[in-house]
Amino acid sequence: MSQRVVIDNAVKFYGDFKALKGVSLDIQPGEFFTLLGPSGCGKTTLLRMIAGFNSIDGGEIRFDDRVINDVPAHKRDIGMVFQNYAIFPHMTVAENVAYGLKAKKVPKAEIGPKVKEALELVQIAQLADRKPSNLSGGQQQRVALARAFIIEPGVLLMDEPLSNLDAKLRVQMRTVIKKLQRRLGITTIYVTHDQEEALAISDRIAVMKDGQVMQVNVPSEIYTHPENQFVAGFIGVSNFINCTIDSNTAGPVNAVVTPEFSVPMQLAGPFHGEAVISARPEQLLFSETGIPGKVLFSTFLGDFIEYEIEIEGGQVLQLNEYTKDTSRIRPDGESVHIQFDPMRVGAYDENGALLTVWGQ
Amino acid sequence: MVKKKQLDFWSIVKVAILLFICLTILYPISTVVIRSVTNAEGHVTLANFLKFFTTKYYLDVLKNSLFVSAITTIFSIIIGVFMAYVLTRYDIRAKKLINIVIILSLMSPPFIGAYAWIMLFGRSGLVTEFMLNVFHITLPTIYGKWGIISIFTIKMFPYVYLFTSGAMGSIDSSLEEAAENLGSSKWQRLRDITIPVVLPSILAGSVMVFTSCISDFGTPMLIGQNYKVLATLVYEQYMSEIGTSSNFAAAVSMVVIGLATAVLIFQNVYINRRNYNMSAMRPPQTVHLKAGARVAVMIPVLIVVFVCMLPQLVVIVTSFRNCNGPYFVEGWSLDSYRMIFTRMVRSIKNTYVFSVFAIIIMVVIGSLTAYVTVRKRSALTQITDVVMMFPYVIPGAIMGLSYIIAFNRKPFFLAGTAFIMILSYSVRKIPYTVRSAVGFLHQMDPFVEEASINLGVSPGKTFFKITLPMMLPGVISGAILSWIETINELSSSIMLYSGKTSTIAVAIYNEVARNSFGTAAAMATILTLSAAIMLVVANVVSKGKVSIV
Ligand SMILES: Nc1ncnc2c1ncn2[C@@H]1O[C@H](COP(=O)(O)OP(=O)(O)O)[C@@H](O)[C@H]1O
Ligand SMILES: [Mg+2]
Repeated sequence: MSQRVVIDNAVKFYGDFKALKGVSLDIQPGEFFTLLGPSGCGKTTLLRMIAGFNSIDGGEIRFDDRVINDVPAHKRDIGMVFQNYAIFPHMTVAENVAYGLKAKKVPKAEIGPKVKEALELVQIAQLADRKPSNLSGGQQQRVALARAFIIEPGVLLMDEPLSNLDAKLRVQMRTVIKKLQRRLGITTIYVTHDQEEALAISDRIAVMKDGQVMQVNVPSEIYTHPENQFVAGFIGVSNFINCTIDSNTAGPVNAVVTPEFSVPMQLAGPFHGEAVISARPEQLLFSETGIPGKVLFSTFLGDFIEYEIEIEGGQVLQLNEYTKDTSRIRPDGESVHIQFDPMRVGAYDENGALLTVWGQ
Repeated sequence: MVKKKQLDFWSIVKVAILLFICLTILYPISTVVIRSVTNAEGHVTLANFLKFFTTKYYLDVLKNSLFVSAITTIFSIIIGVFMAYVLTRYDIRAKKLINIVIILSLMSPPFIGAYAWIMLFGRSGLVTEFMLNVFHITLPTIYGKWGIISIFTIKMFPYVYLFTSGAMGSIDSSLEEAAENLGSSKWQRLRDITIPVVLPSILAGSVMVFTSCISDFGTPMLIGQNYKVLATLVYEQYMSEIGTSSNFAAAVSMVVIGLATAVLIFQNVYINRRNYNMSAMRPPQTVHLKAGARVAVMIPVLIVVFVCMLPQLVVIVTSFRNCNGPYFVEGWSLDSYRMIFTRMVRSIKNTYVFSVFAIIIMVVIGSLTAYVTVRKRSALTQITDVVMMFPYVIPGAIMGLSYIIAFNRKPFFLAGTAFIMILSYSVRKIPYTVRSAVGFLHQMDPFVEEASINLGVSPGKTFFKITLPMMLPGVISGAILSWIETINELSSSIMLYSGKTSTIAVAIYNEVARNSFGTAAAMATILTLSAAIMLVVANVVSKGKVSIV
């Protein structure tokens, strides 16, 4: 029932502007797959190509083995949840949810129970006979969800479905969506620009930028092993520190940060020149030796303390120290030395491409 | 095969609309163009235009048209802007009622103003005789230009009023408050915020007034006497050329079309339509008036409202008076109504039958057109949109003339049929339906339609199951305006009717021409009441958002 979605070198033009520059993805049946990227990177464009509302100007999209490029939108067997919910305002909640079943010519006798079941699944059975105009955002969201999955589509598409909700409801609804998806096992393609949401909800994430896919992987890999500088910067917080690398071979090398201080890492191939070291705030450690700097500012956040540290040369880094490891909060202006957790440090060249192999 | 067909639903619609406007607008108008540059033998010539532009009589007619239209426009701006300002800014009671009265004045049959003026100020008018007998004062004649201008002003100022009050109501009060906060004086606020926002609307309303004046036929026909204007000239020339090929009438028509087009181009170039589409989060607050100021403001407002209602009142009152031929005699009765329901049943029936058929055509084509213009925007739909608005500004007499030329030869022989009347009504009055539907569509969420398609309903079916029900209030309120304008339509009807296809408007015109004022009044009352009732319905359907403009 749930389908594999293969996107093969998809291209989209708006006039002369190339909004998608050849995107390839292979989404497994039943997978919760997220398109993540900054606003304007082409997520909606790609999603609407899959739905059939945008033409496909190059490449191919397949559901299982069926090429759907020329299949009209209403024959693609897709459920979609829109950013603004797109509830039919002249129909009750139950009529909204039943709409797709009627279109599919499901026998009348089956529609009632199915609608009831769907509404119960999203916990709004008591709203069945209400008109949408006096529902809250969260309730409308649930109607939209029920309406989309009740037709048991091969693919479920969601375009920033939580962006119109307040922060608390957003967290609550994302759990509802995730559990529902698990339970129904429908292949789901989810669009968001919120990296935290993406990490929390997805089986796999494709990070996009300027109409291109930068990395596809499971959330933990995306976070810990970003394949390029863009992903490292977009997902979570990363410190980027300038260095130079000089090596004729792959393997261990010391990246020079200051004449006195260098960082050991594993090169993937020979490299000569300027590079940036990337490290998460929790991968920087206070130490006796290392890059000298001084504390600019500190914020106590309960389980950790967030420091802003100015290092030699004026660059400001963020460092997190866990309260389970220390009880002392360093005062502003204190001189410190910073070391790296060597296993988790990567380096990127000036184009943002990864130069190193990750430690285990 | 099936897939292809459904895929192309909107393409088919686009082609169908294109065919419709080609056949009903472009083709007839092109015949007028061709007629205007040929002579009776069919040879190409500019003689018709030469005749127009070198004969003093015709140039005077052109001058007359421009004169009454210009003066009416000026008066309309003064009254319209005053009313708009007062009604949007002060806490006047019964605003809704005043609004309806003003709209009704705009939507009244084209000749009842003239009729009422004849009743009141004509040679043996009520007021004329009263002044003469009681005060021994001879009132100046209302026949001629000042009669036309005064009636035009009453009928047309609502355009300026509606456009302007729409814009004034859309100025967000926080905008003005912000300006006030920044320390600007009341006058500065007026200059920097109110006027720039409102000016394009005033101009847009003025353009409507001007073109409507050029087109109007009934008023100058009834009250102009020797004062000829372009619309009456077309009719006269056509009547005197009957049996010939109406080349000169076509040339005069081209002059009018040229004028209307020039005004429209002016509007499109100098008035940015988007300007007055500001939507106010917080509509402007109304100012409470103190007793003295209230009287000072209310007196002119009430005068305007009274004068607006005057034609309708005169018509209704006289419809119940006893008549003896052209003269009113003592006493009241339903005689006039009895008379029209025995002698003129056919005209009454025709009016409602034709208008219902026309409205069906307008609703179907109008809502589809509105949809394609808003949702399937392309160069083609833009052109369709503009062409469809054409009949809005082309005088009815000219549309009528073009239909006679176009549809009275192979392969169409439609002259004198009900069909040609219905067709011309549909084409001429459809802009109201389209405009209103477009307005509603712009506020509708396009994703709702995609949600339906997504759930497996084809685009065609989605239109009927989702889009149409949602835009229905817009379509209905627009269609009601179209309908009111249809039953009131005189200028094209008078060119196209035959004995069997006469309508109320034509019958009133003929009755007035025969000085049978009682029956004319009874029929005009029927029209006015129909319009008033439907206007209220439109207001309810659209939740008070009925827009004429
Ligand atoms: N209909 C359109 N016409 C022209 N450009 C468009 C259109 N839709 C989107 N774009 C452009 O394509 C790019 C990708 O847009 P979109 O897919 O909406 O991004 P996202 O959903 O990731 O924010 C943007 O630069 C946007 O301006
Ligand atoms: Mg988007």
